[in-house]
Amino acid sequence: MTANAAQAAVSAATEYVLEVSGVIKTFPGVKALDEVSFDVKPGEVHALVGENGAGKSTLMKVLAGNYKPDGGTIRHMGEPVRHNNPLEAKERGILLIHQELSLVSELSVAENIYLGSMPLKSFGRVDWRMLNEKTNRVLKDMHCSFRASDIVGSLSIAKQQMVEIARADAFHCNVVIFDEPTASLTDQEKEALFETIRKLKAQDVGIVYISHKMSEIFEITDRITVLRDGKTQGTMNTADTDADDITHRMIGRSLDSYFERAESEPGDELLRVEGLTITGLIDDISFDIRAGEVVGMYGLVGAGRSEVAETIFGIRKPDAGTIFWRGQPQQITSPKAAMKLGIGLVPEDRKGQGLVLGMGGRDNTTLPLVNELNVFGFMQRGRETALFDKYKKSLQIRTTGPKQPVVNLSGGNQQKFVIAKWLATEPKLLILDEPTRGIDVGSKSEIHKLIARLAEEGLAVLVISSEMPEIMGISQRILTMCEGRLTGDFSHSDVTENKLLNAASPQD
Amino acid sequence: MKSVNSIDKSMAQDAPTRKSVVCTQHERFLGGSLLHWVGRNSIWVILIVCLIGFSFGSPYFFTVFNLSNILVQSAFIGFLSIGMTLIMINGGIDLTVGSTLALCACLAIGLQQYGLVVAITGALGAGLLLGFLNGIIVVKTGVHSFIVTLGGLIGIRGLVFVYTGENSLSATNMSFMNFGMISIGPVSLIAILFLVFIAFAQWALSRTRHGREAYAIGGNRQAAENAGVKVSRHIVINFMVSGLMAAVAGITMSTQMGAATPNLGTNYELWTIIAVVLGGTKLQGGAGALWGTLGGVLTLGVLRNGMNLMHVQPFYVLVLLGVVLILALIVDKQFNNE
Ligand SMILES: Nc1ncnc2c1ncn2[C@@H]1O[C@H](COP(=O)(O)OP(=O)(O)OP(=O)(O)O)[C@@H](O)[C@H]1O
Ligand SMILES: [Mg+2]
Repeated sequence: MTANAAQAAVSAATEYVLEVSGVIKTFPGVKALDEVSFDVKPGEVHALVGENGAGKSTLMKVLAGNYKPDGGTIRHMGEPVRHNNPLEAKERGILLIHQELSLVSELSVAENIYLGSMPLKSFGRVDWRMLNEKTNRVLKDMHCSFRASDIVGSLSIAKQQMVEIARADAFHCNVVIFDEPTASLTDQEKEALFETIRKLKAQDVGIVYISHKMSEIFEITDRITVLRDGKTQGTMNTADTDADDITHRMIGRSLDSYFERAESEPGDELLRVEGLTITGLIDDISFDIRAGEVVGMYGLVGAGRSEVAETIFGIRKPDAGTIFWRGQPQQITSPKAAMKLGIGLVPEDRKGQGLVLGMGGRDNTTLPLVNELNVFGFMQRGRETALFDKYKKSLQIRTTGPKQPVVNLSGGNQQKFVIAKWLATEPKLLILDEPTRGIDVGSKSEIHKLIARLAEEGLAVLVISSEMPEIMGISQRILTMCEGRLTGDFSHSDVTENKLLNAASPQD
Repeated sequence: MKSVNSIDKSMAQDAPTRKSVVCTQHERFLGGSLLHWVGRNSIWVILIVCLIGFSFGSPYFFTVFNLSNILVQSAFIGFLSIGMTLIMINGGIDLTVGSTLALCACLAIGLQQYGLVVAITGALGAGLLLGFLNGIIVVKTGVHSFIVTLGGLIGIRGLVFVYTGENSLSATNMSFMNFGMISIGPVSLIAILFLVFIAFAQWALSRTRHGREAYAIGGNRQAAENAGVKVSRHIVINFMVSGLMAAVAGITMSTQMGAATPNLGTNYELWTIIAVVLGGTKLQGGAGALWGTLGGVLTLGVLRNGMNLMHVQPFYVLVLLGVVLILALIVDKQFNNE
């Protein structure tokens, strides 16, 4: 009678691969998890939803051995478990695919998959043959197009994610947790991911799926558990519920409208670009934006939208073309020059470009304003705090106070601070690159309302988004891009999903 | 930041529209692969240029005697740079190496009254212990290794003065002093020892699990932790290797001089860092190799020796070395930005 046989006997007695009951986790100042209970059946996709900061990632990190719970029990295949580290959890069969990808870009695919437990020969030597063989077998199983020896840093985000998922196969995991896996995937890549998830499901793997996108949740999941302020708000069968019910449980109220369009009449022309070109990235881009106008920019990931934004903001240098500001040709050679004119950019990659992670929310908010907010070099704390309070409220940022380092905030709340920071500079033109990626439905609609309100006050807004409903819901005018070229310019009154998709898809 | 950059680059390459452009640019770039090689091994190119330059500059330079002399002189910084490279790949730094070298050198001589075995094991043990302490403090407190070892740098130097009472110690054991003189052909045993150690360390770095995990920790510590790498243990081990190497450097140095002074190895941590950085290891971790470090160590040795032979004033040597370091790093950055 081995341990394995005993385990099989226990697991036969329960219908769940994973049972969580009464789990508690506190951080200084926050009770992130307050007696959370939920369970996962083999072969089901179980959605976990909740506002930014509700505790989703924390719960998953407890399950995967990153954090130790302060109370409660976790049963895996009927047996109580307590992991001391992520490797233990993985070897037991619980794998977490993190919100921020957790890979070493300098190492190969094989090394990343087996990191922490590479097959060895004597003297601690890595058994490369075995490692590559094993990896290639896993990659073949998953129909991956890359090889075991490829360096992870050279792969696209979607492929990097496949590397993480490959760990599930490599370690024979029967619980796989996805923390907002589609945040930076294109629609095609998302379909491929769903294919993989269905395959895992067919192998009786229990899957936990975290996302802020309702459409995905209703497409792929079987049950939904709502988390709010660290407490469970019930578990439902996906088939028996709808988006309104879920939203209501998440934020405690119903959302009357998800989108809001600015009602303003566009004023004078503010920005005009003519023939903007960067060889190999963007090609002959011309358009204009007027004061008080909300212009959406739609396209597939990689169409060159971010590059256009970065060129306008002075991060990239165009090879040809001119930028006009209020009718005057301008040389925008640096972000500083752009900011001086009154242009702000909320970049797509917030971790890298947006925040000083060790600093508090207040100081991050006022970072671009240090020149305005000091008197003879002394920062005016009062004014800084006032700004912080204002944006904390209008963006519903969940933080314990102005000094809490943003590194300790949930993913969505970090993003809100990047937006707050640029709003605080009170620009004339604000470029938002994927502003609501990873942001919960409630805050999303708040951000949309905010955009509309600011436009009505005369701000020009350029919103880049891959989410069609968002673009269609908030823009007055929509530009489409495809493979570096501008392919369409639609007014909101005569645009349809089909027209947008056609314009954004490559024609060959 | 770094991993983010590389992801950005990879996205740029993956986007279908850009691929064609990237390729044609590459094809137009004649001799691209040679330049690429030079870029990655720039330190060896610099070394060869220096060798050729000094050979013309001084008739005494390119002789067997002088070259083997350079090798011995480089060996001490070389030992230290082995441990330093490992720690820097982890994303840390060890400033105690110079002081540890001095303490171990003094112990290796001071303990000779109890026999040679005691003296040598005592010195090696002290190196290991100091490395262990550095490592444990770094991982347990979470304070950056720069700060922890900066304290160690001063504290251990203090210990040296306490132990020696500000006096120089002279070796009493003849076989101890003879060891430093042994050579095989024209090459000193100390130099051979260094080459063997560095070759072994390079092998371990690229072939063993410990070595590969070193890159993982420096490249993305969170990812390494998530994957279950025993990060704390790993870091402590590397600090112990560094301490051990400092002890070896101290012992071999004292056998060669037949004595130890409390000021031995002052500023050696700086020379070591310079050699390692010249060799292409990044201060922020995740990249580097001992192959490059060897190039850095030898280049440093050649520059000092060559300028000496050409009668450059000692103070100008320092100025020139400073300039060379900065130039080398600028060149390196230029290549890596491509
Ligand atoms: N390491 C930490 N130290 C202190 N507080 C933390 C830490 N990690 C998370 N928290 C806090 O715990 C709460 C829950 O965070 P968590 O990351 O689990 O949210 P989430 O539901 O994943 O949100 P999102 O949708 O934005 O990703 C937040 O209030 C957050 O600030
Ligand atoms: Mg989260």
